[in-house]
Amino acid sequence: MDFRFTDEQTMTAEAVRALLADRCQPQDLRRLMQAGESRDDSRWAAIVEMGLLGALAPESVGGLGLSEPDFVQIAEACGYAALPEPLVEAAGVATPLLASLAERPEAAALLEKVLAGEAVVVAAHPINPVIADADLAAGVLSARGGELHLFTAESLSFVRQPSVDPFRRLFTMEETTGESVKLAEGAVAARALLDALDRGALFAAAQLLGVAQRAVAMAADYARERKQFGKPIGSYQAIKHLLAAAQVKIEFTRPVVYAAAAECANGDAFSRARISHAKLAAADAADAACRAAVQAHGAMGYSWEVDVHLFLKRALALSGWWGDAAFHRARAATRVFGRPLGPETTFAADAKNG
Amino acid sequence: MVTWPERYGGRGLDLIRWLIFEEEYWRAGAPLRVNQNGVFLFGPTLMEYGSDEQKARFLPRMAAGDDIWAQAWSEPQAGSDLAAVRATARRDGDGYILSGHKIWSSRAVFADWAFGLFRTDPASERHKGLSLIVFPLDAPGVRVQAIPQIDGETGFAEIFLDGVRVPADLRIGGEGDGWSICMATAGFERGLMLRSPARFQMAAKRLVELFRAHEASCPPETKAAVLQAVMDTDAYALSIYWTASRMRAGGGIGAEASVNKIFWSEMDIALHRAALSILGARAELLREAPAAGDVGRWLDGYFFSLAGPIYAGSNEIQKNIIAERMLGLPRG
Repeated sequence: MDFRFTDEQTMTAEAVRALLADRCQPQDLRRLMQAGESRDDSRWAAIVEMGLLGALAPESVGGLGLSEPDFVQIAEACGYAALPEPLVEAAGVATPLLASLAERPEAAALLEKVLAGEAVVVAAHPINPVIADADLAAGVLSARGGELHLFTAESLSFVRQPSVDPFRRLFTMEETTGESVKLAEGAVAARALLDALDRGALFAAAQLLGVAQRAVAMAADYARERKQFGKPIGSYQAIKHLLAAAQVKIEFTRPVVYAAAAECANGDAFSRARISHAKLAAADAADAACRAAVQAHGAMGYSWEVDVHLFLKRALALSGWWGDAAFHRARAATRVFGRPLGPETTFAADAKNG
Repeated sequence: MVTWPERYGGRGLDLIRWLIFEEEYWRAGAPLRVNQNGVFLFGPTLMEYGSDEQKARFLPRMAAGDDIWAQAWSEPQAGSDLAAVRATARRDGDGYILSGHKIWSSRAVFADWAFGLFRTDPASERHKGLSLIVFPLDAPGVRVQAIPQIDGETGFAEIFLDGVRVPADLRIGGEGDGWSICMATAGFERGLMLRSPARFQMAAKRLVELFRAHEASCPPETKAAVLQAVMDTDAYALSIYWTASRMRAGGGIGAEASVNKIFWSEMDIALHRAALSILGARAELLREAPAAGDVGRWLDGYFFSLAGPIYAGSNEIQKNIIAERMLGLPRG
C-alpha cells in the first residue's frame, strides 16, 4: 500500500486550490451574501473552464477518465474554501452517474453538453431529503420506484428549501409533466445509486476534512493575534489544547478519507464501510474543529461578523448530507461485525465474483 | 530490529516491512518486548548519534536480547519539565562520576544498562550543558529500587547513582548535546516505533469477540463504543501506513509523532473501557476469581492503558508541541 499521491494528482489539486485561494475567500463569500446571492456565476464559469466537470467520467464517453483518488484532494480544497458552487456534487457524483448510464441516447446527449461545460446535471438521491443546485440543472437524475430516471428541468417544478448554510441552494421537486426517460432499472439502477451514494459520501467527507482544517487555521490565526492578560491567547494551554485536540482528529481523518478514495471503486462491503468510516470521522473532526474555532474566538465567535460560522454551518450541512451518522454507523457495522478483523484485513476487499 | 542494518543484527528492511512483521508478531499472540526501550528508542538514537565503536559494542547485543536497556531521564523534579535535570556527570580524568536520582525508569529492575541524561556542565542551566551517557546498572554505586505500579506489578523503578564512575567513551554524541539527542529519541518514541498498529487491531478483534459473546446483555451504546474502537484502530493503522509511505519517499516525522501518541493512547483507553462495559459488574473480578469467566486480561490492559497518556511525554506536553509546531501558536 503506497498512500502517496502522484505528482499529477497533486498538481491538479494545486490548480484548484490556487483558483479558490484567488477567488473564494471569506470576503468573496461575504460580498455574495450582501448582494443576496448564494452563487457566483463568474467563479463558476472559471471552474467549469478548468474542464474538471468530466473528471470522473470515462474517456470512452469524452471524460477525463480520472478516479476517486484524483478528485479527493480537490473536494478537500472545496471544503477548505467553503465553495458555494457545485463542483464536488456535479463532477464528483452526478456526472459520473450520468456517464455510467450513457448508453441511452438521452443520457448521452446531456452528457455531451455537460462535458462541454454547457450544462449541469444533478442527482436527486433517495438518501438526501432535498436536491442541491437543482436551479442550475439542465437535467435531474432521480430514483422513481426501483428505477432511475432522467428528468429535464422543464418537466419539473422546484420549491426552494432554505438551508442554514447561506451558500447551499436546496430544493424539493415535483413532476409537472410526468415526462422522463428511464435510464436503468433493477440491479443496474440499484448499483448506480449505491455507487453515487459512495462517491457522495466520500467527497462530502473530503469536504468536511477541508472545512475542519480551515476552522482550526482560522482559530489559530486569531489566537496568535488576540491578546488577553498581556499575551496572545494562543500562548495559553487552554487554547492550545483545544485546537490541538481538534487537529488530532483531523490528522486521523485524513488517511481514512484517502484510503476510502483509493478503495471506492471496489464497491464491496469493505470499501463501503471505509467510506462510511471516513464520513463519520470527518463529520466528527469538522464538528470538533468548528466548535473549537467558535470557542477560541470568544464572543466574536458567536457573531455574524467573524467568518467561522460559515464553516460551522457548512460542517453541519455536510454532516447529514449523503447519509447521516446513524446511516454510516450501520454501514461500518456491517463490515466490523460481519467480516474478518485483524491487521491482515486493513486493506481487505471482498473476492470478486466470476 | 527489522529495520536495523544487518551488520548490527537487523534485517535491513524498510518501514512497510516492519509493519508487516509487527502484524505477524501480534497475530501470533507474541508478548510485549522487554527490550523495547532499547530496540525502539536507544537503538535508533545510537545509530544516529553513536560512534562506530559504540554501535558495534551495543547494537548487536541489544538486538540479540543479551543486554536489556532502560531509560534514565526523568527525575523527581524533572518530569514534563525534563530540562530541569539535576543529576550530574562530573569529568574525572578519562571518565565521568555520575551522581543523582533518576525515576520512572521502565523495566529498570530487569535491565542491564541504562541511557541517562546528565548535567556535564555544572554551571549550566536548562537545556544546555546536558549529555547523554550510558551506564551499566550493576556498576558500583548504582542502586535500583522498584516502584510498585498501579496494578501492583513491578515495572518501573528509581535509580540512585552515588559516585558511579564510567569511562568517557560511554557518552553518546558530544558533551552538551544531550538535549537535542534526547529530543530526537523522544521523536522515535512517540513516532512510529513505539506502538505498532497491529497490537491495537488485535485488541480490537478480541473486543469484538468479547462483544459477540455478550451481545444480548449489551446496551446499544456499548455496540457503538466497540464499533468506534475498531474504526479507530483501523484509522491508526492507515495513518501509520500513510506516514511510512511518506518516510520511505524521504519524508521525515515531526510533530506528527505527537499526534500519533495522543491518538493511540486515548484510543487504547477507550477500547479497554468498552471491554469493561461489556463485562459489566464482573469487570472488577481478577482472573483467578472463581466467577471470573472470560474477564481475561482486560483489566490488566485497562490499567496499562492509563499509563499511555502519561509516559513518553505526557499528552498535555504533546498538545503543546502540536499547537506550537503544527499550528504556529506562540510558546507560553
